[in-house]
Amino acid sequence: MSDRVLGVACLLLSAFYIFMATQIQTSFITDYLGPKFFPILIASLLAIAAIFPIIKPDPDPDWPGIGRLVEIVFAVAVMVAYTYALPVAGFVVSTAITAGILSWRLGAKPVAAATAGVSISVGIYVVFHLILQLSLARGPWGF
Amino acid sequence: MEVFSQLADGFAVALTFQNLALALVGCFLGTIIGALPGLGPSNGVAILIPVAFTLGLPATPALILLTSVYYGAMYGGRISSILLNIPGDEPALMTTLDGYPMAKKGQAGEALALSGIASFVGAFFATWGLVFLAPQLVKVALLFGPAEYFALFSLAFATLGGIASQNQAKAVIAAMIGLGIAMVGVDHQTGVPRMTFGNIHLYEGIDFLVAIVGLFAISEVLLFLEHKAGAAPSEANQKLARVTAPFWMLKKTAGTMGRSTIIGFLAGVLPGAGASLGSFVSYTIEKKISDKKGTFGTGDPRGVAAPEAGNNAAAGGALVPMLALGVPGSGTTAVLLAMLMALNITPGPLLFTQRPDVVWGLIAALFIGNIMLLCLNIPLVGLFVRVLRVPSKYLMPAVTMISFVGIYGISGSTFDLLMMIIFGVVGYVLRKLNIPTVPIILGILLGNEMEKNLRRALEISNGDVNILWGSPLTIGIWVLAIAGFIAPFVVGRFLRPKKDPTVAP
Repeated sequence: MSDRVLGVACLLLSAFYIFMATQIQTSFITDYLGPKFFPILIASLLAIAAIFPIIKPDPDPDWPGIGRLVEIVFAVAVMVAYTYALPVAGFVVSTAITAGILSWRLGAKPVAAATAGVSISVGIYVVFHLILQLSLARGPWGF
Repeated sequence: MEVFSQLADGFAVALTFQNLALALVGCFLGTIIGALPGLGPSNGVAILIPVAFTLGLPATPALILLTSVYYGAMYGGRISSILLNIPGDEPALMTTLDGYPMAKKGQAGEALALSGIASFVGAFFATWGLVFLAPQLVKVALLFGPAEYFALFSLAFATLGGIASQNQAKAVIAAMIGLGIAMVGVDHQTGVPRMTFGNIHLYEGIDFLVAIVGLFAISEVLLFLEHKAGAAPSEANQKLARVTAPFWMLKKTAGTMGRSTIIGFLAGVLPGAGASLGSFVSYTIEKKISDKKGTFGTGDPRGVAAPEAGNNAAAGGALVPMLALGVPGSGTTAVLLAMLMALNITPGPLLFTQRPDVVWGLIAALFIGNIMLLCLNIPLVGLFVRVLRVPSKYLMPAVTMISFVGIYGISGSTFDLLMMIIFGVVGYVLRKLNIPTVPIILGILLGNEMEKNLRRALEISNGDVNILWGSPLTIGIWVLAIAGFIAPFVVGRFLRPKKDPTVAP
């Protein structure tokens, strides 16, 4: 079933891709094939390959249950929030919180997770910023 | 011999204090990365590329650092195979078969020492193979025109699904997705934007580093979240009495190591095979040749030596097509190709003629790294074993955060970080669906070169498509490509290791 969904999704994707390729503006300088040909070729091959999983799907993978799926979605949301928090709250604070949450969700007890978050964040800050002088996001407090 | 004088120049480049220190750091980090279950050579190197890149290291030192990590990870993979029965990375899968039984018999120390020596033998002689074979391949490759290159890229994609691939259609899907992603951005020939949806961030194309770190590292974290695990593997507490291999054991396995090195190296050179196949084939063949008493699988030292020599030799062999042709044969070499491209070095025949300092410095660094790894691995194995006890609930958050630091360091843009997360989610879904992620990476890396060569070829021939198969060289490459694509249907069943999807690529 998963494979059939995959095949159909790839077919739709290739149709969309071909449509987008035909929309490419061609300029006055052009070569023999032009900028449209290769994308259309790729999308066509994608469409051909997508037929196979529809006809002969592999056995379904072991999808995680709803609970774990929510866990994954939550982790992704945390990471997205982290990218927005970086420029606002600075590297150390946002990283400590994010790493702590991830560690907690991976099974650490709250106190241990908080400790892990702070250690990871400070550790990276010391190694990458103070020692290796990599530029990290700067918050209102300068770190 | 010209080769030796070039190699001597290489050693002159590599043997500076800074480079030696970087090699040492790389070997150390690499062994840890390889040993940790869930972090293989590809994601290890992938996470470190942006970091090395943003540190502003020049090309040769950066290469030395990252190839040491690559070789180190190849060494490290065996540690958790032997002690925990969990392969640290995919090529180490075969080492579990005899390594873990040996550890259960109380021979963990012997198994670790023996596998370290076998790894050294495999990698050391494979590097010599690289020294002699790569320049020969370069001579051929210098004759290549755009049509030959287009055929060669097609060959890489046709075989990348691998001879052990289960589903060629899925490999094609992956390659096409990668190539499709490569098309995003301004067209190099005519300067028109393609597939950018008017988004200014997409005009430069999608940075392959963002894609690699997302597909390899972030998706790995999501896979970990699937299981409510997180406890440290308890069996790592095994006592290591002594980490040396007795002489009789080395004598008994010498022939095994020799054979497996040759087999592994050849498997590595072949496009689409790589280290996993190297270790699988050398174990299987060794079992056929010398398993007279049926001791393989019950803790036979030869069953430890064979896959370890094989996979390290294959890792060296895989560097031959990557350096000489610019076409990687395996997942990890695809990541190494990304590293070279991030450093603005295009591998291929011209690299050997224009930047011999890079090539030979790198090869010299491989020799140095190997010797360092042997010296590090035998006495320090106890330390690496302790690292194994870091539970994933603390390890994976750290890996995630370092991935973010690396990508943020390149551009400092929120857009790139979001892109990385998207790639992580896509990578997770694709890995669940058993779609290989390596062809996607290769598509992103090679897409523009492939298109450029196709368009140039047709420009030269004035639109006559016959140029694509008009020379003996192109015909030869196409035949190989077709054979490589069809081979899995024919022989794949016999060459397919039982694959555990949770093992890092």
